Amino acid sequence: MSAGPGVVAVFGQLDATVATIGALKQRGFANYRVYTPVPRPELADALAQKTSPVRLFTLFGALCGTCFGFFYAIATSLDWPLITGGKPIISWPPFIVIGFETTILLGALITVAGMFLLAGLPRLGRAPGYDPRFSDDKFGVVAFGGPAQLAEAREIFTTNGAEEIKDV
Amino acid sequence: MGTVAEPLPAPATAPPTYAEVTRDVIATLRPPGRKYYIGLAFVLAGLAWGAFCWAWQLRFGLGVTGYQPPIFWGTYIACFVFWVGIAHSGTLISAILLLFRSGWRTAVYRAAEMMTVFAVMTAGLFPILHLGRAWYAYWVFPYPNFRGLWSNFRSPLVWDVFAISTYLTVSVTFLTMGLIPDFAAVRDQARGWRKRFYSLASFGWKGSDREWRHWGKMYLYLAGFATPLVLSVHSVVSWDFAMAIVPGWHATIFAPYFVAGAIFSGCALVVTILVPLRKQFHLERYIQVRHFDSLAKVILLTGSIVAYAYVVEFFMSWYSGNIFERQSFYARAFGEYWWATWIMLSCNVFVPLLLWFKRVRTNLRALWIISIFINIGMYFERWVIIVTGLSHEYEPWQWSYYLPRWPEIGILVGSFCWFTMWFLLALKFLPVVAISEMKEAGPPPLRAGARAGSQA
Repeated sequence: MSAGPGVVAVFGQLDATVATIGALKQRGFANYRVYTPVPRPELADALAQKTSPVRLFTLFGALCGTCFGFFYAIATSLDWPLITGGKPIISWPPFIVIGFETTILLGALITVAGMFLLAGLPRLGRAPGYDPRFSDDKFGVVAFGGPAQLAEAREIFTTNGAEEIKDV
Repeated sequence: MGTVAEPLPAPATAPPTYAEVTRDVIATLRPPGRKYYIGLAFVLAGLAWGAFCWAWQLRFGLGVTGYQPPIFWGTYIACFVFWVGIAHSGTLISAILLLFRSGWRTAVYRAAEMMTVFAVMTAGLFPILHLGRAWYAYWVFPYPNFRGLWSNFRSPLVWDVFAISTYLTVSVTFLTMGLIPDFAAVRDQARGWRKRFYSLASFGWKGSDREWRHWGKMYLYLAGFATPLVLSVHSVVSWDFAMAIVPGWHATIFAPYFVAGAIFSGCALVVTILVPLRKQFHLERYIQVRHFDSLAKVILLTGSIVAYAYVVEFFMSWYSGNIFERQSFYARAFGEYWWATWIMLSCNVFVPLLLWFKRVRTNLRALWIISIFINIGMYFERWVIIVTGLSHEYEPWQWSYYLPRWPEIGILVGSFCWFTMWFLLALKFLPVVAISEMKEAGPPPLRAGARAGSQA
């Protein structure tokens, strides 16, 4: 998504950033990236972000956890069939506790793994156009494309009040 | 006058800007002064004493404790339940209140979450400390072994292993994931080895739209997992007792009673920690009196549930007509352990009544003192449940009396030092107020004349 040369603009205001994203979309830009110190709903709306597929990892992890917990308790009880307290070898009520805990454990861990995978973390290389101010109080918009597109992007950034514009 | 509403009073200080949040929170991570090192030395000394006591116990066996048949659960198990309970408020504040969209959690949740992790780390030590042959502690985990033995999954103690291990893993994950954007903010302001440390800790986070999109959902789902987890963990801990037929333990009310008690004591410890922390780090602008007011209200609510549970316990022992239950509860209130029971009731039922007054809830000194009373009361609650239960079982010739001896008290003190040590160390590495969420909670920077919400 981020291949090729680009141009980055630093914005001090949220509304200016939102307006810039709108303008980029209107002019047909498809390859751009936004850096923000906070996840604002206005930005998510402007970017028309779809719901993250991380939830599929959550579902998969939770189901794996449930199956694992019950399987573990049942299989080990059958492997060592010692009757305690006069209860059946496969006692469902106590095994629910094990199944419940492993559902949460694997669900949580696989959700995190999914986030890392989808978000491209850990990031080992450099992020094009990133500026340390983007984790503090500034918003960044990076547009990628050919020379003509970049000139257009510069014009959009200037019109929307970018504080600083740099080549990437 | 008439129907025109009075304008709301302006806030005392303007909400901090993004740059101010970054600056003020990072200021808490600056190299510490002499007071910090003195505190740390004090805590390490206490920890060393606890370690010595444990070494002594390992060398000479559990006979050095005050255990008297049939009382073989005492101070250590009380500590275990106490510390697991302390952990719960952190998850309540960070996960449950996130799902409820409670705005006041933002300022206090990071400190509460740190407390959760360190409290579970402390609690996890006690089942091991409580063992005579601690080096066999790994036997509780079901693992393939050459004898073909497996754990008994019908035992609440094995449920506990699963619950506590899951709780520790998920709370560490939750804390770490929340810290990633904040670590990135610290990294970008840091230099030298700190920059390298925070670069690694932030996993190269850059705050791109793609990262935030997946991170936000992940965080929400983790909160969704942590919420039933926190309710389950102390329920499982309570079943360690309730599944046994010991009079005073065998009650269905135990799970909600323990969960409420856990949040009650945990919120009290959050207050105990935050009041000095706020003053020391000059975080008055972020952790405000209204946040303490909200915490006090949670304490008041959960304290009322705990008080109700005490009443129900005594009522049920009488109403059941069961002589064993009756004598156990009679002994609890008027027997050898009357002092422990009345400390528990005074600290957990009577002292928190003061929190009905707003003037008390917003007076931090008073609130801090009350929180200490609650901490003491909740420790005694666990002690009373465990020790009085076991000391008055079915047959009078078995009745016994237990008091902790010096190695147990040393380990109890050591556990507080262990917890404090982690907290003190973390204060210098982890942002104690959530940077990105604090910014999110405030108004965003807008162009002159624009209003929040109208720009999109």
